[in-house]
Amino acid sequence: MLDSKTPAGPLKEKWDNYKNSCKLVNPANKRKHTVLVVGTGLAGGSAAATLAELGYNVKSFCIQDSPRRAHSIAAQGGINAAKNYPNDGDTVWRLFYDTIKGGDYRSREANVYRLAQVANNIIDQAVAQGVPFAREYGGLLDNRSFGGAQVSRTFYARGQTGQQLLLGAYQAMSRQIGAGNIEMFARQEMLDLVTINGKARGIITRNLVTGEIERHVGDAVLLCTGGYGNVYYLSTNAKNSNVTAAWRAHKRGAYFANPCYTQIHPTCIPVSGDYQSKLTLMSESLRNDGRVWVPKDPGDTRSPRDIPEDDRDYYLERRYPSFGNLVPRDVASRNAKSVTDEGRGVGETKLAVYLDFADAIRRLGKDTIEARYGNLFEMYERITGENPYEMPMRIFPAVHYTMGGLWVDYELQSSVPGLFVLGEANFSDHGANRLGASALMQGLSDGYFVIPYTLGNYIAGTEMDAVGTDHPAFAEAEDASTSRIDQLLSVQGDKTVVEFHRELGKIMWDEVGMSRTKEGLQRAIDQISALRDEFWQNVRVPGEPTHHNKYLEFAGRVADFLELGELMARDALEREESCGGHFREEYQSPEGEAMRNDEDFTHVAAWEHREDGSKVRHTEDLEFENVQLTTRSYK
Amino acid sequence: MIITLKVWRQEGPDVPGRFETYKVPDANPHMSFLEMLDVLNEQLIKEGKDPVEFDYDCREGICGSCGVVIDGQAHGPQQRTACCQLHMRHYKDGDTIVIEPWRAEGFPIIRDLVVDRSAFDRIVAAGGYVSVNTGAAPDANSIPVPKDDADLSMDYATCIGCGACVAGCPNASASLFTAAKISHLALLPQGDPERERRAKSMVDQMASEGFGDCSNHAECEAVCPKGISIDAIARMRREYMRAVRG
Repeated sequence: MLDSKTPAGPLKEKWDNYKNSCKLVNPANKRKHTVLVVGTGLAGGSAAATLAELGYNVKSFCIQDSPRRAHSIAAQGGINAAKNYPNDGDTVWRLFYDTIKGGDYRSREANVYRLAQVANNIIDQAVAQGVPFAREYGGLLDNRSFGGAQVSRTFYARGQTGQQLLLGAYQAMSRQIGAGNIEMFARQEMLDLVTINGKARGIITRNLVTGEIERHVGDAVLLCTGGYGNVYYLSTNAKNSNVTAAWRAHKRGAYFANPCYTQIHPTCIPVSGDYQSKLTLMSESLRNDGRVWVPKDPGDTRSPRDIPEDDRDYYLERRYPSFGNLVPRDVASRNAKSVTDEGRGVGETKLAVYLDFADAIRRLGKDTIEARYGNLFEMYERITGENPYEMPMRIFPAVHYTMGGLWVDYELQSSVPGLFVLGEANFSDHGANRLGASALMQGLSDGYFVIPYTLGNYIAGTEMDAVGTDHPAFAEAEDASTSRIDQLLSVQGDKTVVEFHRELGKIMWDEVGMSRTKEGLQRAIDQISALRDEFWQNVRVPGEPTHHNKYLEFAGRVADFLELGELMARDALEREESCGGHFREEYQSPEGEAMRNDEDFTHVAAWEHREDGSKVRHTEDLEFENVQLTTRSYK
Repeated sequence: MIITLKVWRQEGPDVPGRFETYKVPDANPHMSFLEMLDVLNEQLIKEGKDPVEFDYDCREGICGSCGVVIDGQAHGPQQRTACCQLHMRHYKDGDTIVIEPWRAEGFPIIRDLVVDRSAFDRIVAAGGYVSVNTGAAPDANSIPVPKDDADLSMDYATCIGCGACVAGCPNASASLFTAAKISHLALLPQGDPERERRAKSMVDQMASEGFGDCSNHAECEAVCPKGISIDAIARMRREYMRAVRG
């Protein structure tokens, strides 16, 4: 049984109790401690800046050419906080409750409550940094409702909230880089974690320009390396998003929690052909005014404008009269799958449904719709070549976010002492399903307001051995990284890295995607294992290890995805219930709704990697002392 | 559709580069421009040749990683569009397309179409921020900001740092990039106390990185995927004068 180290006391006092009793590092001593921060998204950027402000000696690493480009930049919609500026009844408790219910009761109460508590500080901090949030004419901040919440608690900066928050964190980091408190290593990829006497003490990185392998030593390592949605090949993630840093840490002892919890976002632009390299999300705010439908008859090939009302099936409105088109993401996605499975999908591939604005345009006028969604409509037209003011959009679900990740305790510390995991890379706050506008909140909460306390507690309370990069553990990890690169380059087979990745993605999407079955998951495990064997026999990686070599980078990442994919299938197989983003066809109500099994599965599954290569499933029981577990119903 | 590509190939910063010609026999109008380059690279790898190195990440026009000069235009022919969102339907069967890296002294070539834009990070580190430590912020609504100022500030803040402005400029000036950040922060009360120090440090840093000066050519605005106005540059000049002359 895993210990979450949740502090004692009533829910509302836990974080204060923790802060009142955690150990502190003397200001003069902080600069003697080096902290390695991997990743520069909202979590890593905010953590690096804040720790450097406190006086720690920070080394920061990112795979992009600049810390400003981390994938947090692509988040569109907004960030939640319970400021209650609109006076519509919001409280910290409601933000907590909505988040834990939205996660289908598979997250830790104390973590989620802390998240809701510090959310307000994030908004204050971002505004002070110069984040240009949307404002009212009176000069005060504007809010909107999002993701089906009953209050308006989402702060936003047009459709580019992630960009603006990330630039805020990046600028705070830049100030510390200029001051010499952060040493920045861009175009560097972490290839391994170095543990010494059971503690995380360093990392091995590859310089992506020169190919040189580097060793970095520190007193603690922070992984802020994002999610693993690219295991599906096609996802809304950036092309370089990957699991490698987290996976290598897993193989060095960090438990991987709930890998099967993935979020499939319902409103993305559909796949158009085999060459497709990624999928583009359209903000779910579109569902506020768009109506989702498919033809009633699978054989209906008429243009959507020629299909009369009576021959259309507005299936979300029909099945969920009270929430209609605004059901949560997981429900909307599963329903799109079920109508396309019935052969009623639209467009060339038949893997799409319509999102129609004709009624909204008639009701509100084109100008209003343009003011609300103009930039999204423009983006849609740029990609598809179709004008959504005249023709309904075609949309389809796509992999968007992974709720699973490395297991962490209340202090965000993994099962390896000294290894902390922040943001999407950890598993902690979203349970089995993440609500809209809460990813940005979590990344920044972890980095700005949680880690400064918990890291200090660790450093102040831990005896550090004086070690340098000449320690044999560094040599061993470096050799392992180098020989893996040599191995990848030496195969020189017939199939490209992209071909393997695409095949893996297809298996994952078909069997470990929106709905899962026992047989399908077993089939996936066999197929992935066979594909992995073939990869190491037959992959072709071009070029040399000593120069900028994108396909060599990809090869290492795909090799890790080929291991992770199997673990995701195993985790999904063992979780014999449906919850949030994890839907097992065997566990559904007669109406086709997800059925949780609280009796047997109100726990976190955290997977240990053993030296012999086997995986062991540990559990952490989730105790709900403050909320009642209910069935989510959107009828 | 069949597309012919003339692509700049260069093994490293200090070796001479050259154009190589390739044919992509199965380009598709629905592909993005970068997906067409992916297809080319798959072809090259299968033939045992080195693929073309180019930068990209989000492929939805927001991260600013990608950027190549296409037929002489930074990011290609479609206005307000990063090349990751340019689609092949803007080309026709049989077209020949010339692809080059950003060319500027401030952006040394790393390999093929990949350039080093770290000068931009150094310009920001010189002063492109508000000095506020985590935890020191007052309540978010304690300082009202006129909506028009906030909106204009946001117009400048949307800069994605791709470097197209430099690539498009005959002087390889980084003025639009630097001015966008100075303007974003100068328009907000939060950025006000250090606006003079910021303008001076950032402009000085820009000059020291080997970028040229602005001569109001305005190609930067034309190629900017976010359509950032050169009004920013006028504002930067005012801020700079204010800083040096008081």
